[in-house]
Amino acid sequence: MFAIEANGQTIEAKKGETILQSLKRAGINVPTICHMEGLLPSGTCRMCVVEVEGFGGLVPSCSHPVAEGMKIRTNTPDVMQTRKTLIDLLLSNHPDDCLYCARNGNCDLAKLAADNGVRDRAYQGARSHRPKDISSPSIIRDPDKCILCGKCVRMCDEIQGVSAIDFVNRGSKAYVGTAFNQGLNVSSCINCGQCILVCPTAALSEHKYISEVLQALADPTKTVVVQHAPAVSVSIAEEFGFAPGTDFDGKMTAALRRVGFDRVFDTSFTADLTIMEEGSELVHRVQNGGALPMFTSCSPGWVKFVEEFYPELLPNVSTCKSPQQMMGAIIKSYFAQKENLDPKNIVSVSLMPCTAKKFECGRPEMAQDYVADVDYVLTTRELAELFRITGVNPAAIEPEAPDTPFGERSSAGKLFGASGGVMEAALRSAVFLLTGEEMKDYTIQALRGMEGSKELRVKVGDLEVGAAVVSSLGQARKLMNEIKAGRKDLHFIEVMTCPGGCINGGGQPIGADKEAIKARMAALYQIDSGDKLRVSHKNEWVQRLYTEFLGKPLGHKSHELLHTHYDKREVLL
Amino acid sequence: MPTVKSVETILMDHPAAGRDHLIPILQEVQESEGYLSQESITKVGKALDMPSSKIFGVATFFNMFRFQAKGKYHVMVCRGTACHVKGSGRALDLVTKALKIQPGETTRDKLFSLEVVACMGACGLAPVVNINGQFYAKVTPMKLQRIIEECREKEQTHAIA
Repeated sequence: MFAIEANGQTIEAKKGETILQSLKRAGINVPTICHMEGLLPSGTCRMCVVEVEGFGGLVPSCSHPVAEGMKIRTNTPDVMQTRKTLIDLLLSNHPDDCLYCARNGNCDLAKLAADNGVRDRAYQGARSHRPKDISSPSIIRDPDKCILCGKCVRMCDEIQGVSAIDFVNRGSKAYVGTAFNQGLNVSSCINCGQCILVCPTAALSEHKYISEVLQALADPTKTVVVQHAPAVSVSIAEEFGFAPGTDFDGKMTAALRRVGFDRVFDTSFTADLTIMEEGSELVHRVQNGGALPMFTSCSPGWVKFVEEFYPELLPNVSTCKSPQQMMGAIIKSYFAQKENLDPKNIVSVSLMPCTAKKFECGRPEMAQDYVADVDYVLTTRELAELFRITGVNPAAIEPEAPDTPFGERSSAGKLFGASGGVMEAALRSAVFLLTGEEMKDYTIQALRGMEGSKELRVKVGDLEVGAAVVSSLGQARKLMNEIKAGRKDLHFIEVMTCPGGCINGGGQPIGADKEAIKARMAALYQIDSGDKLRVSHKNEWVQRLYTEFLGKPLGHKSHELLHTHYDKREVLL
Repeated sequence: MPTVKSVETILMDHPAAGRDHLIPILQEVQESEGYLSQESITKVGKALDMPSSKIFGVATFFNMFRFQAKGKYHVMVCRGTACHVKGSGRALDLVTKALKIQPGETTRDKLFSLEVVACMGACGLAPVVNINGQFYAKVTPMKLQRIIEECREKEQTHAIA
């Protein structure tokens, strides 16, 4: 620790950190655009420039290391004018369609302009006109709104290890695009939507299906059924001004009924079902010499990643459909039968923290007799928009319980929303299924938290299980390469595409920092610690589903409805 | 004509190549195949452990790389200083309109391709256009129109004969 001077006051700085970090700790705000927490600085946007005594020009604080005795000024006329000019230039070719923009009210660029006193157009530059890319069912790209900060490119490359997009061309013709400028749908994009979360404008946004859902709700011949993922209830409140980690489970259920959904189900129910199927599959593989380690298949971004980058390891991916698709499949079979409905007249809507789920529900594998298991997927952000459009305020409504039969869940199913949750839920049930005894303490601390990679060796009966949990595909890639290089001590691996799991999914409220993600995660743990039913195998309705309809885990009906298989996917890598 | 080398041979000439070898490799591929195809970029990417989006990004940064095969008539329009002063902008406009392609592209009948170059060292003849190695000096839009039509007519007579 040493002292530096900032705006006339003495503040503390640590050796090795950047000027920006020291200033931030002291409560001095410096605007940034291209800066990304936890990644090496790129220093391209120059928004964070400050004056340092003795230095010739202005210094980018995000990439310049702090040094003892530095005298920094962050708000001299020169610095403020420079920032303003930078924003003026960014705005010079930006389309003025804020009123119709997907990020209206939530735009980093608009905020930057307002915060720095930009109140009129200084330059009218030539607009670039590039077609919107609407090819992907998950992500829409609007290059005209792009300010070339490069955060999406770095997210895709450095965190996710996919690199579907990069800068194309040079100078004023530069834009962010895919290899050979193909549509995102045929590129290596895995639809995770992390790029949307870091995009300061609406250059990247989710493919919306709100009007389709509204149309279905208005159609009296349709029975509209909705399911919601574990991570949605602990983050939707943020869209209505509540602190991150506020759980809106019951309120959301009540609000969904007000919107007009005929049935409200909880995807955590099929998370419990997934545990039964996937757990049985793992035991089957261990006992019959199947492909090990087995990877989870809940995260559709991850599944596409394996299809593209590691097709040779596809036999290791669990054949289980994801909880969303399992729910879709049993809604249009068991539920339809029970309610005497034609599956064609059921519209199945799914509320997810995820953009890749939009892609997943359209996969040809995810249908029976040309009827899709799930029809529309809305993200948490779209759900908030749906509530606003229909004038339903979940905050003001009394909580209600979800519908039977698929509303009953264990809190193990709820844990699916956080990285490590699938593994924790699976181990809780595996211990019982293999030894006949319940765990003394259900909480497995080693699998919790935001770390990108967690490992655990655990004795289940006579079997020593090597379990690994990774989140973000960059972490997954590392582990995949270890396995390809011959690592053999692992049996079961949970992979979540997004860093931290679904609570940080690409469809979640924009602008969440690491603390907010942790709060969402803590909310899930909180729900689990206070729940009466903490293990999937004790979910009565799951048991009833087996006795009344499915038979047994991995049985014939299960195979038909709940399992699938994946093939190598040819894309430009 | 340059000798045709496969991408594999080119990559073998660069054993243990890293990312810093990307541009020389791309140059050799283009020299051999005339352009950078998706297939070649994927192969180069595999060898250098680089995603094709990154290679495409690097390659589009430079004007020298093209991503479509050259046409039977490869039209190079000079946009160097001398030619610019003498009106090469209008010449380029005419070519893009007559051929309905942009620089770097090839017509769908594979007859014409268009490239913009910075200087061909023939400033005395400005504005200058080069088609398949043959120089056309002091071109005007009218002259260019005729040249392009001549190429088309030649192709048609070939087709009939």
